[in-house]
Amino acid sequence: MADAVLFEFLHTEMVAELWAQDPDPDPGPGVSAGPGGGGGGGWGGQKMSLSVLEGMGFRVGQAMAERLPRETLAFREELDVLKFLCKDLWVAVFQKQMDSLRTNHQGTYVLQDNSFPLLIRMSSGLQYLEEAPKFLAFTCGILRGALSTLGIKSLVTASVAALPACKFQVVIQRC
Amino acid sequence: MSRPAHRRPEYQKINKDLFVLTYGALVAQLCKDYEKDEDVNKYLDKMGYGIGTRLVEDFLARSCVRRCHSYSEIIDIIAQVAFKMYLGITPSVTCNNSSRNEFSLILDKNPLVEFVEELPPGRSSLCYCNLLCGIIRGALEMVHLAADVTFLQDRLKGDSVTEIGITFLKKLDEKKYRRKK
Repeated sequence: MADAVLFEFLHTEMVAELWAQDPDPDPGPGVSAGPGGGGGGGWGGQKMSLSVLEGMGFRVGQAMAERLPRETLAFREELDVLKFLCKDLWVAVFQKQMDSLRTNHQGTYVLQDNSFPLLIRMSSGLQYLEEAPKFLAFTCGILRGALSTLGIKSLVTASVAALPACKFQVVIQRC
Repeated sequence: MSRPAHRRPEYQKINKDLFVLTYGALVAQLCKDYEKDEDVNKYLDKMGYGIGTRLVEDFLARSCVRRCHSYSEIIDIIAQVAFKMYLGITPSVTCNNSSRNEFSLILDKNPLVEFVEELPPGRSSLCYCNLLCGIIRGALEMVHLAADVTFLQDRLKGDSVTEIGITFLKKLDEKKYRRKK
């Protein structure tokens, strides 16, 4: 039976590719040459970027949500879907539940994980804080993809104040 | 008292799915980024190498294997312990030459391709599971064994089995490992 470590190692390797940037002779106007992940496709030779990672996570999240055992296929309300993600999806993917879920009851949810497994091996506290977003992009995609399978369009972002705790912000997109 | 959620069998399967699905998304992304199959294969091998160099420590910590005295012992451990531990399968082992440094792992089942029916069109030379070759190569190098690891046969390419060939090369650090007689 595959261990969770295989996924963690693969994820780490995928994120590492963000650091190995191909030298791009002509980055084009308006693209800064600073280090770290800028979100999105403005980086010429970069094979992996935050949006690519998020997109991959989206596909995986969609497929994962289809496979999760669900008592009823239709949830009574939006909050139930988020609770399902915090408990069942998180347990399936990270072997633990989300530590807290807050909402403003107007379509914004904040999911907090105080010891996020993909950050735990890195450090605790403020070291490597600027690298942390790279380790969250894929997971944001998983959340967005799972929500999509469950019929909810959303925007998911993540923030880190101090490793290994992080927050995922889910904003429901209403047409 | 019911079992904690993450130990229930359906969740363990989902956990394996997570790795397989992520790997599939990675290969799909690489196919978008690289036109040539050889480039995708090389990239997968390179990533696998990076994973293998770290995975071997995880493996040694979990498995308590004895020190090996021959290449065939090492291959047996890879097939019967490592593959079993991480992928839940046990490939069979054959030795391909009399000097006993060329081996093959025959994979009857391959979880990595569970959701793959066939290679994408125009990708007939793609070694879908090339990550595995890199992982094995990287892991062996960390224990001071240089080896060439490639796919000799691939079911996805129409062969009857999937076969990984491992050829041990000269030891990287022979001096250190010379036994005192």
